[in-house]
Amino acid sequence: MDAGSLGSLATNARVVRALGMRSIRQTFRRPQLMAPIVVFPTLLLAIQTGGAGGAINLPGFPPVQSFLQFMLAGAMMQSLMLAGNSGGIALAVDIEMGFTDRLFAAPIPRYTIVLGRLAGTAALGLFGSLWFLAIGLIFGAQIESGVAGALIAIALVTATAMAVGGIGAAIALRTGSASVVQGLFPLVLVVLFLSSAFFPNELMIQPARAIAEYNPLSFIVEGIRGPIISGVDATELGEAVLAIAGIVVLGLVLSARALRHRLQVG
Amino acid sequence: MPAIVVEGLKRSFDEVLAVQGVDLSVEEGEIFGFLGPNGAGKTTTVRMLTTLLLPTGGQATVAGHDVVKQARAVRASIGVALQEAALDPLMTGRELIRLQATLQGLPGAEGKRRADDLLERVDLAAAADRRVGGYSGGMKRRLDLAAALVHEPKVLFLDEPTTGLDPVSRKTIWEEVRTLNDEGTTVFLTTQYLEEADQLADNVAIIDSGRIVAEGTPDTLKTEIGNPHIQLQLAAGSIAEAEKVCAQVGKLLPPVDGRSLLVEAANGAADIPKVVRALDDAGIGVESLELVRPTLDDVFVAKTGHHLEKDEQRQAEPEAVEA
Repeated sequence: MDAGSLGSLATNARVVRALGMRSIRQTFRRPQLMAPIVVFPTLLLAIQTGGAGGAINLPGFPPVQSFLQFMLAGAMMQSLMLAGNSGGIALAVDIEMGFTDRLFAAPIPRYTIVLGRLAGTAALGLFGSLWFLAIGLIFGAQIESGVAGALIAIALVTATAMAVGGIGAAIALRTGSASVVQGLFPLVLVVLFLSSAFFPNELMIQPARAIAEYNPLSFIVEGIRGPIISGVDATELGEAVLAIAGIVVLGLVLSARALRHRLQVG
Repeated sequence: MPAIVVEGLKRSFDEVLAVQGVDLSVEEGEIFGFLGPNGAGKTTTVRMLTTLLLPTGGQATVAGHDVVKQARAVRASIGVALQEAALDPLMTGRELIRLQATLQGLPGAEGKRRADDLLERVDLAAAADRRVGGYSGGMKRRLDLAAALVHEPKVLFLDEPTTGLDPVSRKTIWEEVRTLNDEGTTVFLTTQYLEEADQLADNVAIIDSGRIVAEGTPDTLKTEIGNPHIQLQLAAGSIAEAEKVCAQVGKLLPPVDGRSLLVEAANGAADIPKVVRALDDAGIGVESLELVRPTLDDVFVAKTGHHLEKDEQRQAEPEAVEA
């Protein structure tokens, strides 16, 4: 790689960092974007842990130290899914108010605009994972595979936030409407509830069980949950990484097509 | 060498032809006024020239670069301040300029220095760390202008930079545009205000329904129109009756509103007594009378058959109330 290419790469990295920082600031300065990422999943975690803690005694429930320990992965998934949705809403707001024109009129590769947004979403995913790990530790949940396991869980949550953010960004770029992206909020929860995020697949009834078994989110949840409730399982981890990669590819393809469409329609 | 060359530029949206073969040439260092009513195709043309929208026909170069094939080189050469200042209300003014500097590839230290200089230049240094959401309309426009200047562009596109501003803020923007032009920046300015084009532009193109209907210096265009006209406000009597009377002494022009009458004065002030006498003989009182030299609105009327500012005021007023 020659010096010019390296310089261009460094400039693009600075652009992604600057747009990512803006995305994070935007989320923290707009409570309606922050609330679904932290407040809502924390409340749901508290309610479920307090009200359904006895579920761990059901036959077929995986061996866990506590229901809170089991639920941490689900809370992180909920937080990152809503972070991806919030990122999409914020991008759509940018389009509606014309801010993206400022970005499109700059001499930067257009992928950096999407990557900047995703970097911000990934940072929020990281924040969410740290938040829920801290809550878990404070309220007595153990991370069975120690620091290494915690780091794996954090990495998976961060990567998944970025992947899900790609889908949110694609929908925002295609529709240019914050209300359409916001309208996906219930759908996000439905997809999440039809996974093993909040309840083990084995205890679900059909057809939810069949859906959950093939839902890519279930593979990711199990990859995050494994290091927390037992230990790192190579197969589980591999399946989680593959599921994330699939969502990343889908998000990138859809985003690239949506970007082209936006330039066509202005 | 021209800074902007446009040949047969077209853009359609499904069945609607928004821009229908525009030809333009803007010389380096000039202020070019692009004048037309809402929906005439001004913003669509600017969006194509700034690479925000692909043309469906024709070609254009900006700063020597093709807007389709060399879009990134175009974007590196231009500054853009679009209609309705596209600013993030949650950012501070300083954050916005710093971000713009990064987008333009300026190193961190230089971006910081440029941000400080520009905020000072547009008189926003004191408000630089406040969120943009709390700025007035004039402050937002000045900030938008500063952001467009962060990389010292060769060509600056200003899309209706003073729409919705009060007269004082409008004059401040005009002064800044003149200063920039004196420093060598080519300015492509779209506007719906005739006075703005008249005050600022070296050359003007008038667009209506997606086509250029006139192009030249403001003085040339006005001279082409030729005759001044008499504008009459009636004290009493019906406009229809007065129109009949005046039509016998001079050519009637399309009215600006329901209370005034415009009569072409081929002989200038010498036609005034004829018109007054004819109205007096018909028993129609005149409240006020003025001899008006040709304006760009007259050019617009001559080329399109309707007034520009009358249309625009009708559409702009509700927005002004909302703001």
